[in-house]
Amino acid sequence: MMFVITSEPILIEEVTNKVVRPEAGAVVNFIGTVREFTKGKRTLSLQYEAYPAMAEKQLEKIGAEIKEKWPEAVTAITHRTGKLAISDIAVVIAVSTPHRKDAYLANEYAIERIKQIVPIWKKEHWEDGEEWIGDQLEKTVYPTGKPEEMNSL
Amino acid sequence: MINVQCFAHIREQIGKDQLILDETKITVKDLMDKLSALYSIQTESIMVAVNEEYAEPGDIVNEGDTVALIPPVSGG
Repeated sequence: MMFVITSEPILIEEVTNKVVRPEAGAVVNFIGTVREFTKGKRTLSLQYEAYPAMAEKQLEKIGAEIKEKWPEAVTAITHRTGKLAISDIAVVIAVSTPHRKDAYLANEYAIERIKQIVPIWKKEHWEDGEEWIGDQLEKTVYPTGKPEEMNSL
Repeated sequence: MINVQCFAHIREQIGKDQLILDETKITVKDLMDKLSALYSIQTESIMVAVNEEYAEPGDIVNEGDTVALIPPVSGG
């Protein structure tokens, strides 16, 4: 299983090992963790909710997009759900390629796409309240009813 | 019957994670208008998935399909 939604803690090495292979000369990991302060506001904990079946399909789609752009890349992504404390790991993305540059680029592409198309939501719990974070700029609308394709990378 | 799944703030606003609509064939847009009127939810930033794939406003939802209301996502 290369693309996983789980309520269990993520083991970084387990995700990484999925992409290690003889053809690879580079493995890039992205580890997304829970940040305590955002614009001066203190987060106590985060709650992640997903539509698991669709989220795994969308992660697979990101893997396929990466394969189109970087044919030699192999990608594995695990995203956690449930209540997470500060510094807990929310997502691990591992990409391996023959040469390092493609692995860096493909890995960044993956996290950008997760924030656009994968049905996962986080609820911030602060000292003085809580809120579902819609989109992180709070101004996204989807005129076509669905997210746009991303061609910038 | 059409099953509608709700997530995040939409689930909290509606108060249920799942709705059953007594419809047999309806466009995504008409379905959203109906839900908006029934539950007074803002639908302009909501994406819709039908059977786990993103759908367009003009797509048809049929009896037995699973619809999901997808607020702007914030994973990662």
